[in-house]
Amino acid sequence: MSRRLLTRRRLLAGAAAAAPATLAGCDRLGASAAFQDNFLSLGEWLNYRVHRLLIGDALAREYRPEDVSPVFRTNGNTEPTDKTYVAHEKSGFAAWRLTVDGLVARPSAFTLDELRAMPARSQITRHDCVEGWSCVGQWTGVPLGQVLDRAGLLPQARFIVFHCADSVFGTDYYESIDLADAFHPQTILAYGMNGAPLPRAHGAPVRLRVERQLGYKHAKFVMRVEAVATLSGIGRGRGGFWEDLSRYEWYAGI
Amino acid sequence: MAEQGSTVPRAGPVGGDVVRRHHAATRLWHWINFAALLILLASGLAIFNAHPMLYWGTDGAYPEDAWLLVGSVGDAGYLQIGERTVETTGVLGYWANEKGEMRRWAFPEWSILPSNSNLAIARRWHLTFGWLFALGLGAFLVASLVNGHLRALLPGRREMAPRHLLGCCRDHAMLRFPRGAEAIRYNVLQKLSYLAVIVVLIPVMILTGLAMSPGIVAAWPWLLDLFGGRQSARSVHFIVAVLLVLFFLVHILMILLSGPLNHLRSMITGGYRLPKERGR
Repeated sequence: MSRRLLTRRRLLAGAAAAAPATLAGCDRLGASAAFQDNFLSLGEWLNYRVHRLLIGDALAREYRPEDVSPVFRTNGNTEPTDKTYVAHEKSGFAAWRLTVDGLVARPSAFTLDELRAMPARSQITRHDCVEGWSCVGQWTGVPLGQVLDRAGLLPQARFIVFHCADSVFGTDYYESIDLADAFHPQTILAYGMNGAPLPRAHGAPVRLRVERQLGYKHAKFVMRVEAVATLSGIGRGRGGFWEDLSRYEWYAGI
Repeated sequence: MAEQGSTVPRAGPVGGDVVRRHHAATRLWHWINFAALLILLASGLAIFNAHPMLYWGTDGAYPEDAWLLVGSVGDAGYLQIGERTVETTGVLGYWANEKGEMRRWAFPEWSILPSNSNLAIARRWHLTFGWLFALGLGAFLVASLVNGHLRALLPGRREMAPRHLLGCCRDHAMLRFPRGAEAIRYNVLQKLSYLAVIVVLIPVMILTGLAMSPGIVAAWPWLLDLFGGRQSARSVHFIVAVLLVLFFLVHILMILLSGPLNHLRSMITGGYRLPKERGR
């Protein structure tokens, strides 16, 4: 055999080019919306179902007061400039109301004092940002389940949507969770942080804490809680601001 | 057994013979795992780019608390590990992409998936292929228990004797690879490194990955204790990824030095031609 098709040199060159070529191919595939929807959503689909089976009602770890991070990092809006919000903040949220509507028997509006008068829960938990960092903080608020019970959730309701006062790129922020998370004991509408009223940078007057998911699910500056049967009518139908804008996972438990 | 390699029994295979080297399960997993590792590594580096710092313990969010950090100042990129800082301009932190535009992400465009470092898409690749990686390892381990591959990887007591280990290291360093019938079986260094990858490094990658999931650690809080907190798990995940890359580089080097075509064939068809004994 004097003329071999597969020489050592050719093999080396091929092998060295294989990895970058594979990545370049993946890069092109991954940019296609159809591929994102049909293939790259497999992980999320599996994670959501397996987590629901595996985790059940398990509680997120709660930490000791000495574990609280000295400076809790912020992300997203820290100073909403929207007119209604600025006016509410100036008046100490005196005229602010939390609207609860959608698929509920008794659409309601709660003042901040009414929320504070309901049975409260305090928890010291770890906040994991999708970017990778974590901070520990203490949160005080009313369990979302209680608020939903007051309004009387209708049997058709399957998701709870949070409409927020702050806008990002001109769109008001919104998020949504399923009923398993909505009625989880650690899922609270927090009005207090580290023993003080919830600071503006962290979503005053009320933010969502949904402790078994990543930070972007924890909607800040919540104005309205809406019960829906499907997420298709919310934004572009993926259930949240970042989900619709950049295809972040709706289920952010990992 | 002929330890010297000089007197090979006539009945057994000799140098030049083609023997069946790898089980079908091993071959299938090898290539699936190679693809999964490549995609997980590249998408993992893109995820790292979203927050190019590592911490120990439960929390961590600021550069001053990081034990490892990739950053840039002016026209220079740098890698900081503990108190030491190394300039990495052109490679990490500050580099030019294919079009010559300067970028400040930690890992450069050619190494990440997607190449625009979009965190949402990187996570979709990572969390989808993570399943292939974990289920693939699980299936491979079960198959290897059944077909005897795992038992074949366990070193015997004599192989673990210091003299034998040293001898094996010396052979490797001098690029003296086994020939003839001796080349059928793995040597002790191969056994130890493959075992380390299969039963330590890859499982640790999977467990540290799970330990970063706020959902999973609600069900399995022991994962947080095992690794010393979520940010420690993230650090270990990164360190073991580096170890896997080092394994890959040594693996490729050894393949290239000891007959790449023969090895490649044996990992595709299973057939391996035993290298001829010296002097034959």
